[in-house]
Amino acid sequence: MDFKSVVFYLFSAVLVFASLRVITARNPVRAVLYLVLAFVSGGGIWMLLEAEFLAITLVLVYVGAVMVLFLFVVMLLDINLDRLREGFWSYLPLGATVGALMALEMGVVIGGSYFDLFENRVPALVTDSNVKEIGRLIYTDYVYPFEVASVILLVGIVAAIALTGRQRRQTKAMDPAQQVLVKASDRVRLVSMPSEKLEDSVPQAGE
Amino acid sequence: MAALHEFLTSLFGAATPTIWIVLQIVAIVLPLMAVVAYLTYAERKIIGFMQVRIGPDRVGYWGLLQPIADALKLLVKEIIIPTGADKALFLLAPILSIVPALAAWAVIPFSDTLILADVNAGLLYAMAVSSLGVYGIILAGWASNSKYAFLGSMRSAAQLISYEVAMGMALITVLMVSNSLNLADIVRAQGEGIFASHGVSFFSWNWLPLLPMFVVYLVSGVAETNRAPFDMAEGESEIVAGFHVEYSGMAFAIFFLAEYANMILVSALTATLFLGGWLSPVSFLPDGLFWLLAKISALLFFFLWIRATFPRYRYDQVMRLGWKVFIPLCLVWIVVVGCWMMSPWNIWK
Repeated sequence: MDFKSVVFYLFSAVLVFASLRVITARNPVRAVLYLVLAFVSGGGIWMLLEAEFLAITLVLVYVGAVMVLFLFVVMLLDINLDRLREGFWSYLPLGATVGALMALEMGVVIGGSYFDLFENRVPALVTDSNVKEIGRLIYTDYVYPFEVASVILLVGIVAAIALTGRQRRQTKAMDPAQQVLVKASDRVRLVSMPSEKLEDSVPQAGE
Repeated sequence: MAALHEFLTSLFGAATPTIWIVLQIVAIVLPLMAVVAYLTYAERKIIGFMQVRIGPDRVGYWGLLQPIADALKLLVKEIIIPTGADKALFLLAPILSIVPALAAWAVIPFSDTLILADVNAGLLYAMAVSSLGVYGIILAGWASNSKYAFLGSMRSAAQLISYEVAMGMALITVLMVSNSLNLADIVRAQGEGIFASHGVSFFSWNWLPLLPMFVVYLVSGVAETNRAPFDMAEGESEIVAGFHVEYSGMAFAIFFLAEYANMILVSALTATLFLGGWLSPVSFLPDGLFWLLAKISALLFFFLWIRATFPRYRYDQVMRLGWKVFIPLCLVWIVVVGCWMMSPWNIWK
């Protein structure tokens, strides 16, 4: 067994262990952290396949941004562990069916290419820069699917903003543009008046 | 170097590549730690002078041994783990914050040939690794089981995510004009151009044609490292000390190290991407490592200078600056640079 295989099995073992812990960990924050570990090990395996761009992007996007937000939300939730586990057995058949279906689908895709049942083989590893190769493919051969995907994402963004960004009446947020434009004359009014004698009008201190 | 490599081969045989790379890593990390130590000293001295004080001057001549005294003090202090803290994560958090700060140095080009890992996706690697540093801060806040620490880590997480977007977009323009993700190639691309051929490569570096992006990157860099005026995560006067309020001794020292190592890293990346890395500003002086060091020092001085100058931002304004000013500016500038490169006035051929 060469060194590459050792690394592969190491990363795979960590990946499988971490994925299992994601669904078995009692503490939701720990489950999210195991998911982070799973992503990082997955990135490592992609790196072994010389897909360094995808591997680094996985770490950059999923680990560096998406999971941080995930963690953020999970930490802020008030999760009652016992209530979370209440319906476990009644949901199990549905969950198991979905899981089995997914495994079957993956098996068809991976097994199909493994046993040479598909015509489209994975193209030979590129010697040129990974990024260049992916960029060229995305913007030439797969330009329409890629653009459609980006439009779908855009719709998602617009929908999210439309749902959360509506003006609330009781909001007390200040408009920074108005804050910056404020002038001294808006805040203070200087009144010039002649000085007055204090003796009669105002009682003296200490009286 | 070659002679040393041969000597090692005769000594260790097949294990030489491993030992060689470990030696290189040590050669980067040890000076880095020394620089971190003396950066704290420089910070106290410079801010002292800016505030018409003297700064540390008791330990050693001019207080030069102060960082060593501080390190020794932190080393012998007890690490207190609060009751109710998640012990494993509490101890993991400082490690998670220092490791990315050190690992990103693997791809920084120190000179034309002096790079630990001259990989094609160097810029992406640096971005990905430095984006992992946020976990240390979030976990520290959560594992401490303390409200101030938690508030600090929440602030920091939101801030880091926001400014990472602006930073990444600023870098897109850099890789557009350099036509490469390799940091050494990005530096080499800055050494060419109209001004460089007239002997002043200073004006050919990315900072001038990409000036708005340079400013965005620099300010986002300050925000990413949680430095004043963006030190929401610590905010002494608001939330005690933020995410590391429950830490003591060496665990606290490691957070401290990570913050300063990150500052140096951001300065090194800015120097590499926008200020021509190891290149000399004028053609009659030779290129070399010392130019990179000089640029990093100047940027670090800038970090300390703004800390002494500006008051802390209000939190909603930090978010506004990131999302409503920097990101739209970057989006526009990416299009501008794209059009510029396709126009007859393209200067990056």
